[in-house]
Amino acid sequence: MSRLRKDYETSRFHRFERWVDGEMTPPEFRMETKAPPKRIPPEELAGPRLNEEKIQAAVYDEQHNKELKIFRKLNGVMSVVLCLTLIGVLLWTVLYLPEFGNSDNPTNNEVAARYIEKGVEETGATNFVTGMILDYRAFDTFGESCVLFIAATCVQVLMRLDNSDDTEKMKKKQAEENDRIYEPKNDLILQKVSCVLVPLLFIFGIYIILNGHLSPGGGFSGGAIIGSGLILYLNAFGFKKTERFFTEKTFRRITLAALTFYCLAKSYSFFTGANHLESGIPLGTPGAILSSGLILPLNICVGLVVACTMYAFYTLFRKGGM
Amino acid sequence: MGWVRLSVSAVFLLLGLLVFLAATVGVNKFKRALNRMHAAALGDTLGILFMILGLVIWKGLSFASFKLLLVVLFFWLASPVAGHMISRLEVMTDEDLGEIEVEHREDI
Repeated sequence: MSRLRKDYETSRFHRFERWVDGEMTPPEFRMETKAPPKRIPPEELAGPRLNEEKIQAAVYDEQHNKELKIFRKLNGVMSVVLCLTLIGVLLWTVLYLPEFGNSDNPTNNEVAARYIEKGVEETGATNFVTGMILDYRAFDTFGESCVLFIAATCVQVLMRLDNSDDTEKMKKKQAEENDRIYEPKNDLILQKVSCVLVPLLFIFGIYIILNGHLSPGGGFSGGAIIGSGLILYLNAFGFKKTERFFTEKTFRRITLAALTFYCLAKSYSFFTGANHLESGIPLGTPGAILSSGLILPLNICVGLVVACTMYAFYTLFRKGGM
Repeated sequence: MGWVRLSVSAVFLLLGLLVFLAATVGVNKFKRALNRMHAAALGDTLGILFMILGLVIWKGLSFASFKLLLVVLFFWLASPVAGHMISRLEVMTDEDLGEIEVEHREDI
C-alpha cells in the first residue's frame, strides 16, 4: 500500500492528473471566456478624422506615381479595344444568322407546327400561349414560380428586422432615421378612392387568372394585378389593417400550398400522360371556362404565388417584415 | 360618313398629342417638383381622354370601346390621387417651397 506524498497536492503529476480529468486548466491554457470591458472615450472614438482629400491626392498622385499613369492610359486603351472586339465578334455572328422571315429557318421546325396544328386538341386551351407554358412547358413555369418564391425568401433573409432584442432606444433611433415618418398617412382622398378601386382590381385580376386559357392573360399578369391591389390597400390603410388578413404566416401557407399543388399535379400528369398513358384528366370542350384540364388550377396557383410575392417584396422593402 | 368620322377622330387624336406634347415640355422645363407634377397630371387626364375618344370614334361603339372608356375612368380615378400623394410628400419634405403658403392640417 502506497502512501500519498505529503506534497502530492502541489506535485506536477497531480496537476497533470487533474488537467487530464478536466478539473483544472493551467493558467497558461485557460481560455478567456469574457473579454474585459473596453471603454473607448467618445473623443477618441471620433478620433482625428482622416482627411479624405489628402488620401485621394496621395493615391492618385499622377506626377510621382509612374505606374498609375501607365495603368490609367492602358486602361482607357484596353477598354476601347475590348468594346470594339466585342462589337466585332457580335456583328460577325450576326452575319451568319439565317435571313429574317425565311421559311427554312431553324425556328420553323416541327415543334412550332405541332403547337399550332394540335395545340387546341391536345391542351384544350384556346389561348396558345397558356397552352404552351402551362401544358407543354409546364416544368419551366414551375421553375419560374419557384424563382419568385426563392427571391422573396432571399429578400426576407436580407431585409428582415430582428425584433427579438430591440430595445426601446434602438426603436426610437430607427424611427428617427426612418424616412417613412414624413410619408403621408391616413390620407382621406386615397382611402376613399382605394375603397372604389381595390375591389375592382381584385375582380379584374381574378377574371384575368380564370380566363387565362381563353383570352390573353394568365397567372402571371393576373397575380401582378391582385398584388398591386393589395399594395394599394396597404398604402391607403396601413399595416394594421392588412395584418388582419395577410401576415407572414398567410404568405408562407399560400405560397407553399400553391407550389406543392403545382408540383404534385404536374408531376402526376407528367408521369401518367407523358408516355401516351391515360392521365384521367378530362380536357373538356375548348372555349368553355371549365376546360383544358389542369391549366386552370395551375393558373390559379401561379397567380397566388405571384400576388403574394409582389406584396411580400413591397412590405419587405418598406418595413422589413410582413 | 366614313370620312367625317375619320376626320373627327383624327382631330381628337391630334388634340391629345398636343396635350401630351405640352405635358412633356412642362415636365422637362419647370424647375420645381410641384409645377412638374401639374404638367404631368395634364397629360394623364386630358391627354388620355382625347386620345381614347379619338380611338372610340374611329372604331365605333363596341365592347372594345367600352373597355377603352373604362381605361379612361381608371386613369381619372388613379392618376389625380397619385399626383395628390406625391405632391403631399413633396410639401412635407421640401423645406424650400418658394412662395407657396402651406397650411398644415392634421385631420386630412
